[in-house]
Amino acid sequence: MSSHAAANPSKVWGGGHSPFNLSWGKMFMWIFLVSDAFTFSSLLIAYGYMRHRFTSIWPIPGDVFTHFPFIHGHVPLAYVGLMTFILIMSSVTMVLAVFAGHNHNRKSVLMWLGLTIIGGFMFLGSQAWEWYHFIEGSEKGAFVLADGRFARTDDLEPGVLMFQDHSKVEGAEAQELMATAKKNIIGANLTENEYGNTPLFANFFFFITGFHGFHVFSGVVLNIIVFILVYQGFNERKKDYELVEKVGLYWHFVDLVWVFVFTFFYLV
Amino acid sequence: MSTHAHGHDDAHGGHDHHEHHDTFWSKYVFSTDHKMISKQFLITAIVMAFVAMTMSLIFRLQLGWPDQKFGFLESILGKWGKDGKLDPSFYLALVTIHGTIMVFFVLTGGLSGTFSNLLIPLQVGARDMASGFLNMLSYWFFFGSCTIMTISLFVQSGPASAGWTIYPPLSALPQAIPGSGLGMTLWLVSMVLFIASALLGGINYVVTILNMRTKGMSMTRLPLTIWAFFITAILGILSFPVLFAAALLLLFDRSFGTSFFLSDIFIDGAPLHHSGGSPVLFQHLFWFLGHPEVYIVLLPALGLASEVIATNSRKPIFGYKAMIGSMLVIAFLSFIVWGHHMFITGMNPFIGSVFVFTTLLVAIPSAVKVFNYLATLWRGNIVLTPAMMFAIGLVSFFISGGLTGIILGDSALDINVHDTYFVVAHFHIVMGSSAIFGMFAGIYHWFPRMFGRMMDKKLGYWHFWLTIIGVYGTFFPMHFVGLSGAPRRYYAYTAYEGFQAALNINALISVFAFLGGLAQLIFAFNFFYSMYRGRKAKQNPWDSTTLEWTAPVEHIHGNWPGEIPTVHRWPYDYGKPGASEDFIPQTTPFSETKTSNLPGEE
Repeated sequence: MSSHAAANPSKVWGGGHSPFNLSWGKMFMWIFLVSDAFTFSSLLIAYGYMRHRFTSIWPIPGDVFTHFPFIHGHVPLAYVGLMTFILIMSSVTMVLAVFAGHNHNRKSVLMWLGLTIIGGFMFLGSQAWEWYHFIEGSEKGAFVLADGRFARTDDLEPGVLMFQDHSKVEGAEAQELMATAKKNIIGANLTENEYGNTPLFANFFFFITGFHGFHVFSGVVLNIIVFILVYQGFNERKKDYELVEKVGLYWHFVDLVWVFVFTFFYLV
Repeated sequence: MSTHAHGHDDAHGGHDHHEHHDTFWSKYVFSTDHKMISKQFLITAIVMAFVAMTMSLIFRLQLGWPDQKFGFLESILGKWGKDGKLDPSFYLALVTIHGTIMVFFVLTGGLSGTFSNLLIPLQVGARDMASGFLNMLSYWFFFGSCTIMTISLFVQSGPASAGWTIYPPLSALPQAIPGSGLGMTLWLVSMVLFIASALLGGINYVVTILNMRTKGMSMTRLPLTIWAFFITAILGILSFPVLFAAALLLLFDRSFGTSFFLSDIFIDGAPLHHSGGSPVLFQHLFWFLGHPEVYIVLLPALGLASEVIATNSRKPIFGYKAMIGSMLVIAFLSFIVWGHHMFITGMNPFIGSVFVFTTLLVAIPSAVKVFNYLATLWRGNIVLTPAMMFAIGLVSFFISGGLTGIILGDSALDINVHDTYFVVAHFHIVMGSSAIFGMFAGIYHWFPRMFGRMMDKKLGYWHFWLTIIGVYGTFFPMHFVGLSGAPRRYYAYTAYEGFQAALNINALISVFAFLGGLAQLIFAFNFFYSMYRGRKAKQNPWDSTTLEWTAPVEHIHGNWPGEIPTVHRWPYDYGKPGASEDFIPQTTPFSETKTSNLPGEE
């Protein structure tokens, strides 16, 4: 009815037509994502503010996230790299699902959307594994020494105490320090953690990755709903696969947020 | 593509007959019709406003006559009013909940929710909101939020008491005050629901305004009300998520032992396990929302006033584009001034002076708006309807409250009166009373559009005069209480030698507060009586140009029975020289008004 307006861009803002050539649903999703981006930004800025305040005692991510399944030894950040790769691949499959939707190719939509859902579940599973090892911690954990200094142990080097500046104490001296330590912390929870002498590190880790994980989980649920609708032929009958595009927007956003979380938590 | 954008119209056009399939539930309760949702918002907000106002009157009793005993307090408040004395911790709860309800439920949910819902589809020429379902959801989240806040009044340990700004550590530690127990948790849950409601509503408003304007309704032909709602919605979309983050972090500190906002604290001599957190971080997050929130409250009121003033001056609004521009500038600035709430948090004085600079810049667009209102009134054929009186009242408050804003925006001066009654007086005038006057103007003006009947004019005048006397009588003397140094949120000043002089003023303030409170009963009577018994409204009772008055008085689904009218001109053709009448509706093409067309209007 207003196709003439699309042909004449100067009339586009004159009413009777969507100025961005978007349906309200897609625009709704875009604006929602902007607002959600503000939530994540404020969390990440709060994280940056705190990390900046405690630069000297903030743990180095490479010392914390060292586990990899079936590998005995330190593989810093490899596992989270794999997680990131999985999530980004699921974005790729989502793009292909949206593309298939544009071509009204139901079977292809189902395949790619299905793969996206599997990718989402793999990411969530990996995150659970990562959380498990973060919470479990090392065998001996960390010690708050009698003089207030904070030292970690390492499963691969038993009997060695390592300080924040990577200086080490070994042998009898280390045993002595451990025996007289004020506190022994093993693993991580919301009030203390063995990775650094501040609860804030684990607090922000749990909160932000948890908040993001919840977004991924919601995305997987939305994807499943859309998968079922497509499977039942709902979009086929409506001759409209925009629904796939809308969940696609959300999914890409969640991936994009992860790139920032990954950067600020693990890489920096 | 374009079929998507207009699929909605097609769904409704020619389907008006399905109206009588409505059941009670689908028509009055789970309605997806924007006009009904707007009434739901309005009536919920009026109920909440009376709750909050009653609270303020109770604590005004305490402030005005701190030594007096009021027996009836025990009968209405129970243990909180033992022996006719208000309980000190309940006093804090009253102050907190009064602020919360007024700021969020009345002036945000009530004002935007009511008038954005009513006017956006009607004034841009749409059948309904972009999504009726999400719009309904927005109301029910709002309702749930109001309900939880009301429930929190009845819990054993009392409602939240840390002030409407809920600064930690006070709000984070249940051991600190009784109100930081279950009451505070309910406050946060209620606020999370409120944010969900505000986001659903706000996104809907923006999408509707951008996508669903009728033919010819370009952005520069939108009435200023719509521009105000548009900018307000954007402010909400960008700032509420930050409050959401802050509320969630606070919830974690309270319930799961994290230390985001809590540092080394001793309670009863015992140290808590928290370490490293920063309460100032909370203030940053809170005021990043909190300051835009001020304009979320104020801009819709200014938009409504623009419309009412232009219509009742029978003149085009002065500086239409300057009005839009100044609203945009205010909205932009509102995101970079939050620090002026935090001058005494140990902020670096240099950063403080940056915030002073950005804050004082707000005076420029604000002054532009004020002068535009005055220039619109200047030599107009003013029709003093009650709505017009309230709109002019708004301008008056905007000026008198804005002047003290300049004082408070300057850190060197603010540090002296920070957290005193001077601040309370300032924001009650410039934000509270302005916004509520805008809301009253809106209600009196658009009541016929909502209910098909007119409100009583005489009662409206009584309401106006008693309210404005009440407001100035209450808040003007309050400046002096503040200047004498009296801090806000104190239960009684009797213990302090220095504030003895303020006691008499406090009693006077309370008298005026009661006068203002009584005046609202007149309004409530007028509102509910006129809903059923008011004079039947004409199609266009105020001779307005805008689209909402071209729709039938009786509400129908889809707003217009036939096609949606097409728009041919801007909304302010009042008193145009050469025209046969003193207003030309937006739907009249230029070809029919050859005698009054200006150069360039074919």
